Order: sequence, then C-alpha cells, then structure tokens
Amino acid sequence: MTMRFITLVFVLMSVFGSTVLAENTVRWSAQGDAITLDPHAQNEGMTLATAKQIYEPLVHRDETMALQPGLALSWGLTADPTVWEFVLRQGVTFHDGRLFTADDVVFSFTRALMPTSDLKDIIGTVREAVAVDDFTVRITTEGPNPILPQQITDIYIMSRGWAEENNVTGPQDVASGEETYAVRHTNGTGPFILNLREPDVRTVLTKNPQWWGLQEDEPHNVDRIIFTPVSNAATRVAALLSGELDFVLDTPVQDLARIRRTPGLAVQSTPEVRAIFMGLDTGRVELRSSNIKGKNPFSDLRVRQAMNMAVDRNAIVQRIMRGVAEPAGMLLSPGIGGYTEEIDALPKLDPAAARALLADAGYAGGFSVTLDCTNDRYMNDEAICQAVVGMLARIGITVRLDAKTKVLHFPKIQNNESDFYLLGWGSGTMDSHYHLDFLAMPDRAWNRTGLHDPELFTMIDDIAIETDLVKRDEMINTAWLRLKAAEVYVPLHHQGLAWTMKDRLSLPIQPDNQPQFRLARVAE
Amino acid sequence: MTNVLSASPRAALWISFRQSPLAIVATGLVLTFLLCAFLAPWLATQNPFDPINLELMNSFLPPAWTTEGSSTFILGTDDQGRDMWSAILYGSRISLTVGLSAVAFSATLGITVGLIAGYAGGWAETLLMRLADVQLTIPALLIALMVDGLSRAVLSPEAHDGIALYMLIFAIGIADWPQYARVVRSATLVQKQSGYVAQAKLSGASSVAIVFGHILPNVMTSVLVLATLGLALAIIAEATLSFLGVGMPPTTPSLGTLIRIGNDYLFSGEWWITLFPSLALVMLALSVNLLGDWLRDALNPRLR
Repeated sequence: MTMRFITLVFVLMSVFGSTVLAENTVRWSAQGDAITLDPHAQNEGMTLATAKQIYEPLVHRDETMALQPGLALSWGLTADPTVWEFVLRQGVTFHDGRLFTADDVVFSFTRALMPTSDLKDIIGTVREAVAVDDFTVRITTEGPNPILPQQITDIYIMSRGWAEENNVTGPQDVASGEETYAVRHTNGTGPFILNLREPDVRTVLTKNPQWWGLQEDEPHNVDRIIFTPVSNAATRVAALLSGELDFVLDTPVQDLARIRRTPGLAVQSTPEVRAIFMGLDTGRVELRSSNIKGKNPFSDLRVRQAMNMAVDRNAIVQRIMRGVAEPAGMLLSPGIGGYTEEIDALPKLDPAAARALLADAGYAGGFSVTLDCTNDRYMNDEAICQAVVGMLARIGITVRLDAKTKVLHFPKIQNNESDFYLLGWGSGTMDSHYHLDFLAMPDRAWNRTGLHDPELFTMIDDIAIETDLVKRDEMINTAWLRLKAAEVYVPLHHQGLAWTMKDRLSLPIQPDNQPQFRLARVAE
Repeated sequence: MTNVLSASPRAALWISFRQSPLAIVATGLVLTFLLCAFLAPWLATQNPFDPINLELMNSFLPPAWTTEGSSTFILGTDDQGRDMWSAILYGSRISLTVGLSAVAFSATLGITVGLIAGYAGGWAETLLMRLADVQLTIPALLIALMVDGLSRAVLSPEAHDGIALYMLIFAIGIADWPQYARVVRSATLVQKQSGYVAQAKLSGASSVAIVFGHILPNVMTSVLVLATLGLALAIIAEATLSFLGVGMPPTTPSLGTLIRIGNDYLFSGEWWITLFPSLALVMLALSVNLLGDWLRDALNPRLR
C-alpha cells in the first residue's frame, strides 16, 4: 500500500512537477542551418547567428547595431594610433570551466587571421594581438585603424586550452570539405551551451547558468533553444501557425498578412542591412558555362551595362518580395556609412537599349550562361533567380538556372567555379570598407568578378588606414562610384526583414538578421 | 453473358467495355489527356517553358472568373507569371511522356528477363529472379532518388539538365521491372508446358523464335494489365520526385513541380497555383487506374 502510494506521488510529481518547474523553451526555425560551428570558418549569416549564442566577441552589438561591452569591458586607442587596448572582463569562464584570460584573446585573433579563416579579411589590418597582463590585450594594426572595434564584433573568442586539446588550433577549411572537432563541438563563454548538434536536423542549446550577463539588469530567461531548419517555406509557416514553433527567422513575405491576423502571433519588421545582387565573372578568358568560346562576354562593359538595364528591380520587389525590400542600385544598404541615394539610383530599365548594347558588343544573337543560385538562403531566392532568367531572356541572353542549397552554392563561389552567381551581403562592421574590401578587392573568396582596377584597389587599401574621417568619407564615395561604373555586379534589392514569433516571446529584431537570444524574454 | 462466352476474346473485350460506363469515362479522360498533351502547343495560350514569355508583373493573378482575374489567364498565373492553363497542358505532357516511357522501359526489361528466366530455367532463372527479389525489397522511390542523386554527382549541372527527362524515365523505369519479370516468368512456365511449344520445338524452331514468336504473344495479356496500372504509378512517381525537387528543373515544370511551387502560396491565399495542377494529376492518375482495373477484370476469365 505504502509502496503504491509512493509510486503514485512520484507519478503525480513527474506530471505536475514538469509544469510547475516549466522551462522557457524557444523553438525556432529558418530555412537553412549553420554551415559549421567553427566560429572562424565561415563568414555566413546563419553560421554567425548560431556562433553568436555560444561564443562571444570582445565587443557586442545591441539591437540598434551600436557597440556594447562584450568580453571587453572597455577599449580605446593608446598614444600610438596603431595600437588599441582592450580591458577584459574578469571572472568569466568557458563552458568547460576554463577561466577566460587575455591569452585566449591572443589565440583567437591569431586563429581568425589564419589562411583557412573566412574572417581574416574583416580584420585584415590586424598585425598582432598581445597580452599585456591576464586581463589586458593590445591589438596592433598596420597603420592607424579608427574602426577596429566595429570590425571585431564577429571575431569570437575560443579557449586556447580547449582548442589545443582537441587539435583545432586552426579554422576548418570549409571549401575543401574538411571536418574537424570544432565543427560539431563548441566551447565558448556565451549565454548558451551546445547540448545537441545534428546538422540540418536539430541544434539544442541550453542556458549557461555561469554566464556573466545573468548578473546584469533584466537578463534573458530562456532555458533552452531548439533550432530546427525547415527548408520548405510553407512548412515553416504551418509550424508557426500550429504552435510548434515560437519564432521563424525568414518568414515568406507572402504569409506576413496572414500571420498578422492570427491571434497570439506577432510580426516585427525592419530594413535589413543586406543587399542581394548577382556577380559576373569578368576575369577569365572564357566562361565555363557559355556557348561563346574563346572570349568572355562578361568582360565587355556593354554586356554588363545591358544586363543591368534588363533587370526590372521594381517588378521583383513588388511581386516576389511583395514590397518587403527596396530596389537597389548599389551593394551597400541604407544605414551603413557611405550609402548615398545618388549611388543607389537604379540603372535605367530599357530592354530595347540593352539589346542594342549587346548587338554593339557583338552579341546580337545573344549567348548562354549558367546562373548559380541558392534556394535556401535569401528570401525567395529561387523565385528571384527565375525572374532574372526571364528578364535576361528578353534581351537575348539564355540563362540556365542552377538553384541549389547554400551548402553547395557558397563553396562553388569560394572555389572560384561560378561564372554568374547570386549573393547577398550584409555588414559585419556597419562600415563601407567591409563591403569594398570583400566585394571589390582581388582574390577575396567572396569576390569572383575578376575586377581589375589597381587604382580602386589602392584606394580601398588607403580607406582602411585613413584616420581623417571627412577625407575617408570622400574616398569611400569615390570608390563606390568607381565600383558602380565598372558594373561587375547587378544589384537587385535591399532585403527587408520580417521576423514572426509568438507574442509572448520578446526578441528584438536585428538589422543584420541575427537573433541574439541573450536579449530575449519569454512572458511567464 | 452467353454472347460474351461465344465471342472471340477481342470481341468479348469490346462488349465488356461497352457494358462498363466507368471504363468508357476513364478511357475518354485518358484520351482527352493524351490529346491535350499532344496538342499543347496549339491549345496553350503561351509556352510556359520559354522564360521570354513570362512577365513578372502578371504573377499571382487569380483565375479569370474571380473579380481580380484576367481573361487572358483562365486558370490564373503562378509566381513567375506563368499561365496555369498552359503550364498544366505542358506539365501533363511531361507527366505522360515520363510515365509512358518509363513503363515501356521497365516492361521491355522485365519481359525480356521474365522470358529468359522462365524459358531457360536453371542458374539463369535463379540468378535473374533473386536479383528481382533483391530489388523488390528496396522501395521504388528510393531507387529513383538514388539514381537521381548519382547522376547529379557524376554529371555537370549543364549536362544533367539536358538529360533530366531521360534520367527521370530511367530512374522511374528501373525501379519497376521486377514486377513484369515475375509475372512473365510464371506465365512463361505455364506456356512452356503447352502443346504448341512442344510442336514448335519438334518442328525445329530456334529458342529465340519460340520465346519471342510463340510465348511472348500469349503472355502479353497479363503484361497489358500491369503496364496500365504501372502507368498511373509512374505518373505519380514523377510528380513525387518533382515535388521533392529532384525531378524536372523549375524552368520546365511538370505537374509535380507546379504543385510544389503552389504549395508555398497556400497560406497566403493563392490556392489556384497548387489546386489546378493537383486536380489534373488526380484526374489523370485516377482515369488511368480505373482503366487498368477494368482491363484486369475484363481479361480475367475467372471473373467473367
């Protein structure tokens, strides 16, 4: 009898106990998963968004993209304008219990500068990081770099001890398909600890009870985050409507009206600092996927101008993006220093003139080329590419569309195997130099345009070290005009953002489309 | 009933057909589909496979009879401004082409294997039939997915798109041959014992002549039923693969691709993009299936 009673109590406790001690779980989804958990291996939105919950940078960004102390409490230029000093937070531990010190910062910067790091170009001006004492780090740059703190918000700090123990002192080489311990295991100082990682299936993070931020005002109250990538847009929305998900990052624009009308769900929107565009490989002698042999149609400026004139950006924004985007004439989105409406002015839409330009260039009969495109990265990416195929067909360019997952698409760009590709570019630093450097400089893994303009390259290098901010802005403006005139890109639009979530979840929308669950609160 | 029994088999089939309204309707539908698919370039208002004809500003138009509809697009348009009516016509063309070719491919392969196994016997029979058994244990869709995956890994995307249709036919066809092989083998075993085969052997006919000239015509009845039912399955398999995104490329949509595209717009109220291709697919598969069912009953002497 007593035995039975005790059993009953246990059963009741396990049933009701779970509701009394309810955990705040946030279930969320996006169309694609992080490519890797190695925080320095891939400069890609979802990858950084995942790393952000587990690892921390020296300097954080808040929901307005303003800088905030992260693992560094304060920072400033020393008397020498090429040396920045960062004072570190004390008493911080990694998830495995190791104490965080200046040595880990030195290690992480060294790691992020290695050849296989995809972030090395962001901090390309960094010469070295040196530990002054256990909690002070000095970073020396090649020439003065006034915006260094802006550039290091995606440089996540790893533990040297852990990396050495697990043989991951260098970043994974994603493009060659390398697999390392750090790809599926993590050890950060961040607000959440990796609990389960099944790539493309499920990633579970649990609250880090030791996280320093919990001592501050209004800390997050999320105990568990379950991420499930769902590539099909309709399935994602269905899961949100049925309550299986609490938060969807990339809600299809066509479903926003429906979600707004649904009780219990909320829509947050903001312009994203991300331009969507297409790159043309002008550098090679002959395009791999074209019927034209012996010469490269893209290396003729008139062909590029014609393509820019043939794309109806307003139609794409109105129909495919349903107004949740702004048509773009430049690669930089509003809100980032260096943006001007003059440079962002749209190329004239004129298919007839475009056809004449093509004929002028000797392609009256048109030519064929393959467009590489993602189908799980940007909002309605495949539909956008299909529309571009139609628009280019009208001026005689036959485009074969190869739409595939980003896991295949991005390495194709990075390995320099694409003639014509779709890409989106946000901003890790909120500064023009980031865009110019990654998208115009030669031999950058994300620039496969083959643009050759030594004068522009020198200008971009100079921007990196110019300390006179007025002069720097002028240089940035000139550089953008020059890049625009080269027309090696076909800008499409500045992507708008819409996050949809249950209204009991408060999570500030970020213009870089990377949720920070450390800022989340779940209503009890 | 008496005239059925006394008539020749062909006439009996015709009488059974006339007496079955279901068979008449099903045949009518199948013929309509075949005709529509064949005449697609003339019946369609645009060629939906040529991107030059698609105007993005015409996208998401509802069917003509709704208030916002346009009379140019009877069944509305999809996300790229494709006319749904034309897309369905061209889509069923692909569905039927793939279905018929896949059936022809698997039937040819299966019949040949079945005849050889049944007539030759011995180790050839054991080997071929065990091979068929092994393949039967793997679901057809999985085989099709595997063939598709392999071809994508081996071929360049340009080459793959060029032969996407043939790959689809091969992928669906290769999965189905054991069905034919088993039926033909058992029928062959029965026919092998019959008097006309012994007669042919005695008169010195070669094995090839006996198998293809005498046995084959006598086992075709059962193959006919299998093939008709197999056609419906092949059409559905093609739609499934395209729905999963491994079939026809999005620029040349089949019915399955259209349903997949439309699926993204169900919550936002653009129901016509997925509904009409789905209806077309259901009607096509159902009518072929009904025809197959009737054929099976009509050709089965025990049910007469």
